[in-house]
Amino acid sequence: MTQTVLPIDRDTIAALSDSRNEPSWMKELRLAALDLAGQLELPKLEKTRIDRWNIDSYGTYKQAEPIHNIEELPQTAKELLQADQPGNNLIVQRNSGVVYRNLSDELARQGVIFTDLETAVREHSDLVRKYFMTVVQKDENRLTALHAALWNGGVFLYVPKNVRIPEPVQALFLTDDASAAFAPHVLIVAEANSYVAYVDNYVSAGEGGGLAHSGVVEVIVQPGAHVQFASIHSLDETRTDLSYRRAVVENDGKIDWIIGEMGSGNGMSDTVSILKGNGSASDAKVICVGTGEQKLNITTRAVHYGRNSESDMITRAVMRDEATAIINGITKIEKNAVGANGQQTEKVMMLSPKARGDANPILLIDEDEVKAGHAASVGQVSEEQVYYLMSRGISREQATKLIIYGFLAPVVSQIPIAKLEEQLQLLVERKLGQ
Amino acid sequence: MSNIPKLTIDGLKASVEGKEILKGVTLEIKGGEVHAIMGPNGTGKSTLASVLMGHPKYEVTDGSVTLDGQDVLEMAVDERSRAGLFLAMQYPSEITGVTNADFLRSAINSRRGEGNEISLIKFIRQMEAKMKELEIDPQFMHRYLNEGFSGGEKKRNEILQMMMLEPRIAILDEIDSGLDIDALRIVASGVNAMRSEERGFLIITHYQRLLNYITPDFVHVFMQGRIVRSGGPELAERLENEGYDWIKEELGIVDETVGQEPEPFKVPMNTTAPRLT
Repeated sequence: MTQTVLPIDRDTIAALSDSRNEPSWMKELRLAALDLAGQLELPKLEKTRIDRWNIDSYGTYKQAEPIHNIEELPQTAKELLQADQPGNNLIVQRNSGVVYRNLSDELARQGVIFTDLETAVREHSDLVRKYFMTVVQKDENRLTALHAALWNGGVFLYVPKNVRIPEPVQALFLTDDASAAFAPHVLIVAEANSYVAYVDNYVSAGEGGGLAHSGVVEVIVQPGAHVQFASIHSLDETRTDLSYRRAVVENDGKIDWIIGEMGSGNGMSDTVSILKGNGSASDAKVICVGTGEQKLNITTRAVHYGRNSESDMITRAVMRDEATAIINGITKIEKNAVGANGQQTEKVMMLSPKARGDANPILLIDEDEVKAGHAASVGQVSEEQVYYLMSRGISREQATKLIIYGFLAPVVSQIPIAKLEEQLQLLVERKLGQ
Repeated sequence: MSNIPKLTIDGLKASVEGKEILKGVTLEIKGGEVHAIMGPNGTGKSTLASVLMGHPKYEVTDGSVTLDGQDVLEMAVDERSRAGLFLAMQYPSEITGVTNADFLRSAINSRRGEGNEISLIKFIRQMEAKMKELEIDPQFMHRYLNEGFSGGEKKRNEILQMMMLEPRIAILDEIDSGLDIDALRIVASGVNAMRSEERGFLIITHYQRLLNYITPDFVHVFMQGRIVRSGGPELAERLENEGYDWIKEELGIVDETVGQEPEPFKVPMNTTAPRLT
């Protein structure tokens, strides 16, 4: 076992934990995780040498200055705000800490908790402790261990039994200081028969200086609950983006993932639905646009334990310039998951001869009475299609654009939140139009 | 200048992958005229349509094509369209994620120019009216372009595009293939409604059937990559009754096809030679 040089030491972690008045269990968890980080290896990713990426620049924890008005945010962040009245049901993390949070009185009255995780650890210690780092474990690999040791800011969203939140709640994670640690942890607990749509954005501004974002999302979907989770990442090319997102879904619960990997730096994301309960379901839609020399490793996974559990995963990636994407779709059906149905499609479109894309559909099935299907393709813009559109007077440029947006449409057009669809469209346009 | 279009094809030769398919086609189509090109399969009829539209697969080796005196062969595919050429294709592409409505609106706006885009309401009204004429389900507007369309639906969609784009010269490539008799009647009445002094038609078919509904002014028989015989509507009738053999006989043609010589036998790459023991 190799001894890794860690970006932080025990004393610093302990001091940080104390300065934030964290309960002792959290301090101990952080320290134990740090020890693990020193022993564990990096995750082994299919055809991706993550060890060559810039993943050790975690920055240092800096106390965040709260803002009183969202107008104080940089423009790139402000334009991403969803609500009709920007600032409602919103949490903003800037670098190492949350600087703004708002929850409507009405939701608070219903028992909804929507606050930064640092606060939640103090104010709802038992509740957080019950779920924190239980879906993603700290001892999985060096990245998860380091995250558990270093996490900052973050979101805790708790929706009590039978509460249905009609409007999406939003979080904004902004990194604009290259020396400040940026490792938000998102923890969502949806109790039985509740419903919530949560949308977040990861954006950067200013000089990046090679900072690594290390994020973990954990979603607990209790029986009959429905969580729609949408996340759009658009960090700049100097920042490395590492994200683990995982949901555990109980009987008849449902998780919908809508993921936009629109960052410009190297990125690894791993989005997993653990369909633990009978009749549980997941639906994952991922789009990804790669530009420049960025390398991406995007995995979507569904693990079926429950009977009659269903999963669907669709990934569409467009690669231009010299970008490389490894797109993995993994459907795992465990023994006894009778009646499970897992479907997946991965498609990659390459816009330049030096762009590379790999679509790897993987079915791992340990039960006989199940359905599973996959489709994957890697291709280019079809000359025949361009000719057809041009024969109606549309320019080559416009025709190509229509075909690319059409390629992404099966994901983009299905996004249940209209504003998010617009936003994603805008980001796609910005990335492809440069 | 009068507004009557004129497409002039003179001595047009074209090849694909070094194989000559068109061997000198000469034809003039003016506004108000309907020309039909008939001929058996494999004689180069569809190649003519594709070459006129500018399909990248074909290389023009000789001859000229002008529309109202402008050199068509110098134009890119989209410029040909905007100049007034239209080709209803035999096998239209399917394009996922692009709705029929978005596509057609882009096509219309491409000829109107920036700042002069058609209003959404006007466009929808126009499209709905034309769809009604062609008895197309209004839902088609929001479906992805040709995706999952039946053969007949694709053909109707081609005619819908023609009606919306109002070309000066419309080429219909085997628009009747795969159509049942009702669909054929609807498509034909769509074409007939478009006939005017301001528009010329070139209809390519190997069945006389379509010409029962669209009466041509001129009929040309295509063999070996060129027009071998021209006449009026009576020529089509004779072909219907007697087939093509009499023409072949008169002209001494044994094989009417073009560019179809059998390929030399090649060992398929995915097989291995039997092992000799």
